[in-house]
Amino acid sequence: MLTSILSGDFPRSRVLTAILLAILVGLALAPFLFPGAAAINTAAKICIFIVLVASYDLLLGYTGIVSFAHTMFFGIGGYGVGLALYTFGASWGVIGVGILAALLVGVTLAFLIGLLSLRVRAIFFAMITLAVASAFLILATQFSEFTGGEDGRSFSVPQVLRPGYRLLEQPLFGTVVNGRILAYYLVFVAAVVLFLVALRVVNSPFGRVLQAIRENDMRAEALGYRVVYYRTVANCLAAGMAVLAGAMSAIWLRYTGPDTTLSFAIMLDILLMVVIGGMGTLYGAVIGATLFIVAQNYLQKLMGLASAATEGLPLIPKLVHPDRWLLLLGILFVLSVYFFPTGIVGRLRGKSG
Amino acid sequence: MTAVPASSSDTLPTLKHDWLPILLPIVLSAIALPFIGNVTTWVTLTVAALAMGMMIFVIASGLTLVFGLMDVLNFGHGAFIAVGAYMALSVLGLLSGWVQVDSLGWNLLALGLAVSVAMVGTGLLGWAFERIIVKPVYGQHLKQILITMGGLIVAEQLIHVIWGGDQKAMALPTALRGAIVIGDFAIERFRILAVVVGLVVFATMLLVLNRTRIGLLIRAGVENAEMVEALGYRIRRLFVGVFVAGSALAGLGGVLWALYRETLTAAIGGDIMVLVFIVIIIGGLGSVGGCFIGAILVAMMANYTAFLLPKVALASNILLMVAILMWRPQGLYPVAKR
Repeated sequence: MLTSILSGDFPRSRVLTAILLAILVGLALAPFLFPGAAAINTAAKICIFIVLVASYDLLLGYTGIVSFAHTMFFGIGGYGVGLALYTFGASWGVIGVGILAALLVGVTLAFLIGLLSLRVRAIFFAMITLAVASAFLILATQFSEFTGGEDGRSFSVPQVLRPGYRLLEQPLFGTVVNGRILAYYLVFVAAVVLFLVALRVVNSPFGRVLQAIRENDMRAEALGYRVVYYRTVANCLAAGMAVLAGAMSAIWLRYTGPDTTLSFAIMLDILLMVVIGGMGTLYGAVIGATLFIVAQNYLQKLMGLASAATEGLPLIPKLVHPDRWLLLLGILFVLSVYFFPTGIVGRLRGKSG
Repeated sequence: MTAVPASSSDTLPTLKHDWLPILLPIVLSAIALPFIGNVTTWVTLTVAALAMGMMIFVIASGLTLVFGLMDVLNFGHGAFIAVGAYMALSVLGLLSGWVQVDSLGWNLLALGLAVSVAMVGTGLLGWAFERIIVKPVYGQHLKQILITMGGLIVAEQLIHVIWGGDQKAMALPTALRGAIVIGDFAIERFRILAVVVGLVVFATMLLVLNRTRIGLLIRAGVENAEMVEALGYRIRRLFVGVFVAGSALAGLGGVLWALYRETLTAAIGGDIMVLVFIVIIIGGLGSVGGCFIGAILVAMMANYTAFLLPKVALASNILLMVAILMWRPQGLYPVAKR
């Protein structure tokens, strides 16, 4: 049972299992364990980014190709659902149509980029995706009458997901079960399902070929696998998953805009999450995303304290200023690429990983 | 040994030079003329494109050589652009007297000093970057991309720490402001300076690459690094030199680019790096000549479309890249290896 759910890919480390279980339970019961709007927002963001980072790991960790266009697909998902809801009003059908349209656009785009760049040389891919993603960001902000430009679009979601909706008359464990909590569980369930699907993909024969390509693409080609085909399909799969993550984000935030979905800063966040969590293992995505987002919210407060405590010393207060938290994570990123390229998960698994 | 083959003659066989790509910028500007419809505007745009192209070329040339020579793709190149620009900002701030006086000589002296400081600074930074960041990951593309990206994040954050995060104004020296009017055409002075600097860099680079021993080794290294090593040259030392020179050039380009935009933020490198990547892909990774033509093409496309269809300026350059890759999948001037 468990084997088929996890596709036979177990955490293979007691500590890792414990951490993953803690994260799972924490996220599953988040609305009841951590009351308050900020906490549930953090939990939803973690769910969304687990999907996004897992889909990116499919490319970076499993296939060994670096893409900088992942936020573009995330954005396509967000804009697809967001603009559909904004234009046609709030209903489930509209969400479905929005997701389908976004999937179509995203996967087609991923296919075209893959066809253009993966065929020539893998290293082109990083540069070309960077260029395409920048162009897409500019297009999305420029065509403001359609996309809302820099301001993005706010829209309403179906009645059931709104804060005003009450599922139960009485509070459950002291928490009022309103539409926001339903929306959270929608996001949570979608994240769990998508994560398990990704786990299924990487542990399928197809996933094994991807890993073979990562290790030695010439050899994979020589063994009779069309490398271009596998890379392109992986690219399309990752793009499709990112589109769905974007749709989840739009439904949760009830807003879509360049800063929340398309910006290059998010791309860097994803990279940091994958590498710190552990490339080439989907559990790394869970750990990386959770750690990063918790750090983003709470490390800054800690750094504020450190900055205030070291006031008067030269330079140090500036180095630990709350706005400089990316500096610490950047250094951590560089160090982890050198010293533990398999990330936290690889460390926990030890040599066997 | 028998006699020398009969066909040998006194002259060495030379490669036929490939002129087609050189025609591209001319064709592109000729196509743009009827769409723009106004010769004065067209001249202004073309000069602006040339100036911008030169700046992109100065930045991109180092990157493309580093890639060609050692197969290292440095995504952190943008950091040198930003650091160079900020260093020049500091120097120009110290020399504000020389900058504000309306004399070309003093202005150029101040600018020259600022550029020298920026180039030395970014050169040193490049040396450290090569030692600390790039050296451990030779031959591993994936790690190179990740690690240089990490270096870029750290460098940008350090700029925030040292110079502060707010947007800075980068004032042009007094004598370089405004435009020279020749007949109907107004040409901004700074653009002329940028074109001159770009051409000087290009000419120097061609001279060094084609007429000196070091240049010969670099070109040989780009073609086949292992063979050069086997012949007893230390290609690593050569590579560090090229990396430092490329970083210094990025610093120079950063100063020019910041002066051109007249504002400065820590993210300045990121904005132009997208164009730089398009340029080195178009030119053929590792080719200086292709990089030069690619830079002019990209800048022309950017300027013409910014005037004609401002919303799709960057997208048009992607279309340009796609078109060129369809024509020559390895770029305008493919470099032999790989």
